[in-house]
Amino acid sequence: MNHWPFVIAAYGITLIGAAAVTVQSLLRMRAAERRADALKDRK
Amino acid sequence: MHIFANPARFLTIARPLTPWLGWIGALLIVAGSIGGLFITPPDYLQGDSVRILYIHVPAAWLGMAGWSGIAAASLMQLVWRHPLASVAARAMALPGGLFTAICLASGSIWGRPTWGTWWEWDGRLTSMLILLFLYIGYGALTSATSGRQSGDRIAAIYGIVGAVNLPIIHYSVLWWNTLHQGQSIGLTSSKIAPSMLWPLPLTMLGFTLLFVAIVLMRMRAALAEGKVEARLRRLANA
Repeated sequence: MNHWPFVIAAYGITLIGAAAVTVQSLLRMRAAERRADALKDRK
Repeated sequence: MHIFANPARFLTIARPLTPWLGWIGALLIVAGSIGGLFITPPDYLQGDSVRILYIHVPAAWLGMAGWSGIAAASLMQLVWRHPLASVAARAMALPGGLFTAICLASGSIWGRPTWGTWWEWDGRLTSMLILLFLYIGYGALTSATSGRQSGDRIAAIYGIVGAVNLPIIHYSVLWWNTLHQGQSIGLTSSKIAPSMLWPLPLTMLGFTLLFVAIVLMRMRAALAEGKVEARLRRLANA
């Protein structure tokens, strides 16, 4: 049995999952900090 | 831990630390994955499927470490009323749950060519699945009770009670002798040949640093969102 398709699937799931949560967290953080900075000077 | 009780002090440390942790973590993951995929030899019994080890073990470690972090932060929240504890616990839930799901998925994919089955109701697999359900429950609980102090307390109690599952996961391979192999790596010794083991510390450290970077980003987002909410409320009342 060729094991490489299983290896590629496992690495693919891991890297896509890790990248997705990293990007989602980064975008959420940037958007929230930008909104907080924009409101800082409003009286 | 009390020196981080001040969110402003936490942010002065977290802001410069986040990109460093993220980039060093990503580089270590790439280096460890290249080593595990292309440089180490295949196992004499498992063949090339053994290469899944280099991502499966860090995912399992982070799934369990994530819940240990939730339990520790929940304890700090209840006992010392640390202002950042509940923020930290909530920030760990999504990455912890994701790595638990990755551990289950990669383990299932690894199981097919080595065990001949995608799934077996064995002690280790079942207790890991329970951990995933605990994460899903924690996520549902925190979003349902968001913004309420009593909700924070309930989530903290849930986080501490859920930690009961962690020793069950750890000792499951000793208590129930089924398909999942026993412990092959300890703190001081390993049953894996050094020629196959060396990429594992790289991916373990890499994914751990990336996990910390993700948690810091989610904490920073939660603090900024809280600040926006408070400011909007103040502006509305003015």
